[in-house]
Amino acid sequence: MVMQARGVMPKRGGNVSIKMLLLNLRTFIALLAVVVFFSATVPGFLSEANLIIMSKHVALNAFLAIGMTFVIITGGIDLSVGSIVGLSGMVAGALILNGLDLGPVGYTIYFSVPEIIAITIVLGAILGIFNGLLITRLKVAPFIATLGTLYIARGAAMLSSDGGTFPNLIGKAELGNTGFPTLGTATVLGLPLSIWILIVVGLGAAYLAAKTPLGRQIYAVGGNERAAALSGVRVDRIKLFVYMFSGLCAAIVGLIIASQLVAAHPATGETFELNAIAAAVLGGTSMSGGRGTIGGTVVGAFVIGVLSDGLVMMGVSSFWQMVIKGVVIIAAVVVDQFQRELQRRAALQQQ
Amino acid sequence: MNTLAVDGGTRPDAPAPGTVMMGPLGEVVLKAEAITKVYPGTTALKEVSFNVYKGKVNVLVGENGAGKSTLMKIIAGVEHPTSGRILLDGKAVVLSDTLAAAANGIGIVFQELNLFPNLNVAENIHVARELTRHHVAIRHREQEQAARVLMQRLEQDIDPRALVGDLRIGQQQIVEIAKSLSRNARVLIMDEPTSALSATEVEVLFRIIAELKAKDVSIVYISHRLEELTRIGDMITVLRDGRLVGERRIADIDIPWIINSMVGARGKSFAAPAAHAPGPVVFQAEDITRAREGGGFLVDHVNLQVRAGEIVGIYGLMGAGRSEFFDCLMGRLAGCQGVVRINGKPAAIARIDERIRAGLALVPEDRQRDGLVPILSVTRNMTLASLWKYLKYGVHICRDREIQAVRDRVNQLRIKVANIDNEVNSLSGGNQQKVVIGRALLTDPKVLLLDEPTRGIDIGAKGEVFQTMRNLADAGLAVIFATSDLDEIMAMSDRMIVMSLGRITGEFARGSVTREVLVSASAIGHGTSGKQPVTRGGGTAKENGGW
Repeated sequence: MVMQARGVMPKRGGNVSIKMLLLNLRTFIALLAVVVFFSATVPGFLSEANLIIMSKHVALNAFLAIGMTFVIITGGIDLSVGSIVGLSGMVAGALILNGLDLGPVGYTIYFSVPEIIAITIVLGAILGIFNGLLITRLKVAPFIATLGTLYIARGAAMLSSDGGTFPNLIGKAELGNTGFPTLGTATVLGLPLSIWILIVVGLGAAYLAAKTPLGRQIYAVGGNERAAALSGVRVDRIKLFVYMFSGLCAAIVGLIIASQLVAAHPATGETFELNAIAAAVLGGTSMSGGRGTIGGTVVGAFVIGVLSDGLVMMGVSSFWQMVIKGVVIIAAVVVDQFQRELQRRAALQQQ
Repeated sequence: MNTLAVDGGTRPDAPAPGTVMMGPLGEVVLKAEAITKVYPGTTALKEVSFNVYKGKVNVLVGENGAGKSTLMKIIAGVEHPTSGRILLDGKAVVLSDTLAAAANGIGIVFQELNLFPNLNVAENIHVARELTRHHVAIRHREQEQAARVLMQRLEQDIDPRALVGDLRIGQQQIVEIAKSLSRNARVLIMDEPTSALSATEVEVLFRIIAELKAKDVSIVYISHRLEELTRIGDMITVLRDGRLVGERRIADIDIPWIINSMVGARGKSFAAPAAHAPGPVVFQAEDITRAREGGGFLVDHVNLQVRAGEIVGIYGLMGAGRSEFFDCLMGRLAGCQGVVRINGKPAAIARIDERIRAGLALVPEDRQRDGLVPILSVTRNMTLASLWKYLKYGVHICRDREIQAVRDRVNQLRIKVANIDNEVNSLSGGNQQKVVIGRALLTDPKVLLLDEPTRGIDIGAKGEVFQTMRNLADAGLAVIFATSDLDEIMAMSDRMIVMSLGRITGEFARGSVTREVLVSASAIGHGTSGKQPVTRGGGTAKENGGW
């Protein structure tokens, strides 16, 4: 049951009631509902240009939410992703503008853009591993460990520029580091590059969750850590991986934002972690671990993204937007509980 | 609410209204009448009636899974009977929860301690019935004084302000008892109260029980230590497989009678013994040792060899070190010393995945805690330890191969499941256990360790688990299982090992010993066991040694 992507009919034979099917598809239905609602009320909502802009917004949250989903499935939480977004952007910006100053040697190394992207992504992964080590080796609760990293990474981002912005990240031809804005602005076959990256990362993550031993073990760790350990699952490694992956996703987001803005600001990404958690939960991920799907999370990210963009276009005040978002998240979780109860009863009956 | 009075009994409103129920030992305070309790998949109690006599120690015995704890939970209001009723002083009462039971003067000391380790002794004793000023502020000093009085009465030097988490298990047990005493229980249920107590603590407990009896408090006493029962009991009730076997005065019976009643003359569906001689030595454990925090050993230099096709049973009381021994073998417990060899090759790395690869597999004692991932499907639970077998291209789990493997095991172990994609939680206890066994088998083990493999499953499933163990041994596995059920060990093992306090205290070949010898070996090193009436050798072997 756990692995079904929301929006896929369960393979249960013919005895699935319509009610169960609707419940299984609920995130998808919610997405459909918001799309239909806004296309009726907001002129030009379904125009190609608008859809692409919305997708670009959604993609940023979806990356974080995918990483977050794995973390939450293991029973943890990662509060540091927003700060890692900010720090990654600053690192990429600093490397483009100032290069890496080797200090006493008197040289400054300027990396090419692909190298800078690689370095930044590795940095995100290292910050994730730092979270993972705090949690597995030093037994710090995930909430606290990642809260600490949230502050550390944000502070480091601020320190990197004394709180200022790294502007105009177009690089210099003589240093061989031009082309950074391509990442955020290029389109391939009519779709923005960032959407393609999301498709690749999303499909990869969904495959990992559903079809690989690593994915299975992630679910097992969240479902019952002791039982997983006794089955030979190396629980600490699994946890290191999910936090690393979450940090890596956050670095991707930091790069894309910096590239889109052609500038890096240290406050970028504040409260992004909350949106990511909301998307995961909306997509059916259980905060107590063991349940959740990548497909569900991506749909959840779209529901949140479409909802906030649509409300903006309708001219709803940002204060009401927050209230509405909150109501939607709570409603999603209530329906989730209801469905689980129904499913449990159905399985017992079958037995 | 005057909780300072610790005299436990004779409440002014207690006198029986209307009919006073009488029995062979006088007045019956509490009567459970034709109690039936059905859980999904198993019937725990069938039409069981149970009398609690006023001011007597009412002993309840039965094997593991006989239904003792379920019956006590019903009387204490924790569980509700499927049918049947509870009569208190002749009046039917509905015990909807523990509070209702407590209000009726029924107290229980659970086998698993129900204490808050983060609160101190006085707070634990008064939990949910705090002494307060105007229902707001807790009167800590009075609570502590009350706790101090209770501790003096129990002759224990435990500071009321000590955190319960800092106490030894035996002391925690005392706190649990003090908690019940403070509630003025008229009926006090003690479920294995001595299992964690030292010899002197047991003596104190017995004195307290005598005192309570004198004050007309009725005790319900559950224990596996038969010698204790004959010493302090007045009346004994025996349960077997969820049914009532008999109720007798302790004065009229002896230990062999108890054992026979518990076990019965029934043919439990045990598997036939091995038809062939065991093969070469597959498994060797050398000097397995694990120190205990605070001195002594959990596992004390244990050596064991097992041959292919052999079933070795390990018997012992709670805390004998059986589970810890298994945990050491699996690399689950840190700080274990000693060498494990599979087919003569040492399994060097003490890590669970390495030990599984070396050919060991463990079916844990606590299925819910250590065995199952409850929210995952039967399939996913079963293949969790052997995912590497179903891979294509090194990363891709091939669904067809996986399903085929699961189907094969479901058929082999006769697991009753409507759909292998259902959550494993929807299965009955016996079938859940078979899923855990199936998972272990899918790792292709050479040595299968089973810790209390029949705990909490019904009699039919037990027989099937035993048959499976025998089949596996016949197929060349070395099978080692731990149990606290005498019947099981005597019937199932080709060789019997007895452990006590982390050491092997006896080793016997099949059919060479009586229950009494096993029991006395399991008590070596325990203070209270010296006086037990053990007949070594032939004496009782004739009447009990049918296995």
